[in-house]
Amino acid sequence: MLNVKDLVVNYGAIQAVKKVSFNIQQGEIVTLIGANGAGKSTILHTISGIMRPVSGEVTYLDHPIQKTAAPKIVQAGISQVPEGRHIFPGLSVQENLQMGAFLRKDRAHLSQAYEDVYQYFPVLKQRLNQDAATLSGGEQQMLAMGRALMARPKLMLLDEPSMGLAPLFINEIFEIIQAINQAGTTVLLIEQNAKKALSIADRGYVLAAGEVKLHGTGQELLTNSAVQKAYLGG
Amino acid sequence: MQTIGQQLINGLSLGSIYALLALGYTMVYGIIKLINFAHGDIYMLGAFWGYFVINKLHFNFLFAMLSAMLFCALVGVIIEYFAYRPLRKSPRITALITAIGVSFLLENGMTYFFTANTRNFPQAIQTVTYHLGGIQISNIQLLILGTACLLMLLLELIIKRTKMGKAMRAVSVDPEAAQLVGININHTISFTFALGSAMAGAAGVLIGLYYNSIDPLMGMTPGIKAFVAAVIGGIGSVPGASLGGFLIGLLETAVQAVGLSAYKDAVVYFVLIVILLVLPAGIFGKKTKEKV
Repeated sequence: MLNVKDLVVNYGAIQAVKKVSFNIQQGEIVTLIGANGAGKSTILHTISGIMRPVSGEVTYLDHPIQKTAAPKIVQAGISQVPEGRHIFPGLSVQENLQMGAFLRKDRAHLSQAYEDVYQYFPVLKQRLNQDAATLSGGEQQMLAMGRALMARPKLMLLDEPSMGLAPLFINEIFEIIQAINQAGTTVLLIEQNAKKALSIADRGYVLAAGEVKLHGTGQELLTNSAVQKAYLGG
Repeated sequence: MQTIGQQLINGLSLGSIYALLALGYTMVYGIIKLINFAHGDIYMLGAFWGYFVINKLHFNFLFAMLSAMLFCALVGVIIEYFAYRPLRKSPRITALITAIGVSFLLENGMTYFFTANTRNFPQAIQTVTYHLGGIQISNIQLLILGTACLLMLLLELIIKRTKMGKAMRAVSVDPEAAQLVGININHTISFTFALGSAMAGAAGVLIGLYYNSIDPLMGMTPGIKAFVAAVIGGIGSVPGASLGGFLIGLLETAVQAVGLSAYKDAVVYFVLIVILLVLPAGIFGKKTKEKV
């Protein structure tokens, strides 16, 4: 579905991503794990069209998209839930969701999208008219995911969804990610919580200093001694 | 009591002009953090457009104003496209200096092509003065006040209710996240310039009718005062700009009424300084940061 080949991306003067290649098949949950500064977010921003690669290719459903503008990429079916949530403060919860469907014109589609979001995140339905800035961290994460789902994406990019959340919320978020995946959305997940991410992922890639160091199924990586040592706390 | 009532009417009329102008400053600042110093000159262009279509094409007042709004919206979009868009990623000071340059270009361009002469704005509407308990109100003042309030209401509805208005707010709080949901930043910024410039165009035609005279430099002082109004209200805040505009208008008339006409501009800046000392972000300025 998505194929990234020899991707090189600069972040300011630093080469943040050095010849990274990976792929995602339809229906999978794939995770990229690695420490801070490994280049994970830069990769997501490049897929979303916010950053441009120096070289390499990003192919989505057999079309190269590394030069495509961000709104076109959303339209093609790739939505991102950015790191740090980035909900729109000052806009109500409902307006935030509506912005998620900015490019959707047909009403039937829209009401189905709202229904799906309320089903995954019932709490949002209770807070529709509240300013999004007044939500708790966990609720903001749910809103950010709900907003991305409003575009009814084929591929969802999640950047550190568990960051700064209480353990209870983390479990809930991961269950919802699995549910979204089972409903037919392919997921690319970036996490520092490697254990959690690998336990739900079909496959994973381990990144360090802008390069892919290891690749395998979620289970393989979970039991790999090098991964355990570096990312799973022994 | 009568004098106070009279000055209130005069102040509100003038204030609505400042408010219409201040809205443009505040919306543009809200979305690209630029003080658009050419904004006062768009108001001047609106007045000249009104002058032209009423005199040469015999438009009635309503069509003159609506066409001026359309014309100014177009000018605003063109200015943004050619002058500010290429500088989107440059330091803010670069864009600011460019805005001053655009202002000079419009003022001197108009002077060059149409001379610096002051001209009489056509009396498209016959002035009628009503007497209400010793207070004089002209139909022009009512028209200014009514039109300004109507336009502000309309703007509020656009910003709060329409999809494009919501996109404007989304881009102004978080441009990157706005792109990630598929909002086209360039279109949204063009839309903002169009809205703000249309307001300025309406203000230009209204002031022409009110003061009866227009010239290529007429946008300078009201432009700066409207900017002050936007800052007092809290730059970036739409209700703040309206309130600031009315405040400045009332203040200026009050100072004139007590016989200090020569100091009316000084008083405006004095009040600006005092308000910024007490409320550094302006009356409706944003104090809170988002929760992370």
